[in-house]
Amino acid sequence: MTTAAQRQVLDQGDIARSLTRIAHEIVERTKGADDVVLLGIPTRGAHLARRLHRKLAEITGHELPVGTLDITMYRDDLRLKPARALEHTEIPADGIDGKLVVLVDDVLFSGRTIRAALDALADHGRPRAVQLAVLVDRGHRELPIRADYVGKNLPTSLRESVKVKLDEKDGVDAVLLGGSGESNASSEGQSTLKGPSN
Amino acid sequence: MKRHLISTADLTREDALLILDTAEQMAQVSTRSVKKLPTLRGRTVVNLFFEDSTRTRTSFEVAEKRLSADVINFSAKGSSVSKGESLKDTALTLQAMGADAVVIRHSASGAPKLLADSDWLHGSVVNAGDGTHEHPTQALLDAFTMRSHLNPGVGHDLVGRRVTIVGDVLHSRVARSNVHLLHTLGAEVTLVAPPTLMPFGVETWPCQTSYDLDAALTKADAVMMLRVQRERMNAAYFPTQREYTRRYGLDARRLALLPQHALVMHPGPMVRGMEIESSIADSDRAVIVEQVANGVSVRMAVLYLLLGGSEPAITTSSANTSEENGK
Repeated sequence: MTTAAQRQVLDQGDIARSLTRIAHEIVERTKGADDVVLLGIPTRGAHLARRLHRKLAEITGHELPVGTLDITMYRDDLRLKPARALEHTEIPADGIDGKLVVLVDDVLFSGRTIRAALDALADHGRPRAVQLAVLVDRGHRELPIRADYVGKNLPTSLRESVKVKLDEKDGVDAVLLGGSGESNASSEGQSTLKGPSN
Repeated sequence: MKRHLISTADLTREDALLILDTAEQMAQVSTRSVKKLPTLRGRTVVNLFFEDSTRTRTSFEVAEKRLSADVINFSAKGSSVSKGESLKDTALTLQAMGADAVVIRHSASGAPKLLADSDWLHGSVVNAGDGTHEHPTQALLDAFTMRSHLNPGVGHDLVGRRVTIVGDVLHSRVARSNVHLLHTLGAEVTLVAPPTLMPFGVETWPCQTSYDLDAALTKADAVMMLRVQRERMNAAYFPTQREYTRRYGLDARRLALLPQHALVMHPGPMVRGMEIESSIADSDRAVIVEQVANGVSVRMAVLYLLLGGSEPAITTSSANTSEENGK
């Protein structure tokens, strides 16, 4: 899938170090991460959430609840594209009421995915607070949403595409910056870049 | 296909699996505290029932409401249909009211197809049972129930599983829809019925037929008992009810012939003591109540895939859309 126009901005080591740092920041900011629940947004956010879960277990010595949250049915662009297949939602057994939910996603772009995730979350319970961890923040927000934990701030132009590849899904760990809208840009990347092509 | 769901024969293997996999996720919604999704907000779905139904209509209504659609129930009794209004005029009225989808049950085989092929209505048409033709969402929920017991997991099919369908096949739209869908999913279907209740031309269907229930039971993974539809019978198809029950009813002796893991299914409504012994319907081998619960999830999946996006997901090109929307 890698084309000549794509440039690698993060490699496997960079991604691992970013996640380690985010894990430490979560423990620091939440004073021990005792009531933290990690929820990954499928598909790559879910893989990142599981990686953070492993790192947090090493740091804190106990296993935090981890799950996935599919946001497809809550998207604001459902009507603009063909109906798509759903991903799996798995809320930890103890639920999210009164907990500190950390949402995990790969790329933060327009903020619309996170808006949908907040709506989805409200139908599952009432967390004490919600925070957001992303591997890459590429800017160009269309909603008043920001990340609490960022792996890398990556200033981009709207013409560029950001593609996160993870070993669990793509067989390799990398963050690629493409010259123009690739069809396999990450979900947030698609919403604005590919708007007219739907 | 493929704005409509008229027949399971129209579904490709990919379509069928997409519906079952989507239903798997929809089933989770029923376990949450807020049993509602905003997906079909602002869409209007009309339940157009020209024939009596409690289970199917209620199931569709629950599914539509869980997806936040506006639901209009229209039953022929007490409507202008009893004053002589034609299907066309009813459809034109619904179109003028802005129906995005019509779920139709009709006593005439082919009525949903007529509606779908016409330009009376622009919305999607979902067949909720037409005469003795098809009942696709029932077959989908049956396949969903079988898969969850016999080969659980997203993306799994029913290859090599043996399903025996017993009873009034002639009048059964459930049997017809099931034969096509189960064949598409790779299962081997055997129809068992008295010769008088075997449909004309059944040899062209993708299934086997038999008149001997005992022999068909010993290797079945699932057995589906059909109701004898007396309301559609205008002739004597078998001498007495007692003889029918003796030869084609599921009793304790026959249950013992089934493999241990085999499921006992019934699309409902049941006539206890006729095609199925009451104690078997209530036993833990029967998944009849589970079928009803799965009906809501499957109908949510169908409505979402037909109405949720700018165009239906159930198309022959579903392979590349799922690739592109892998996230």
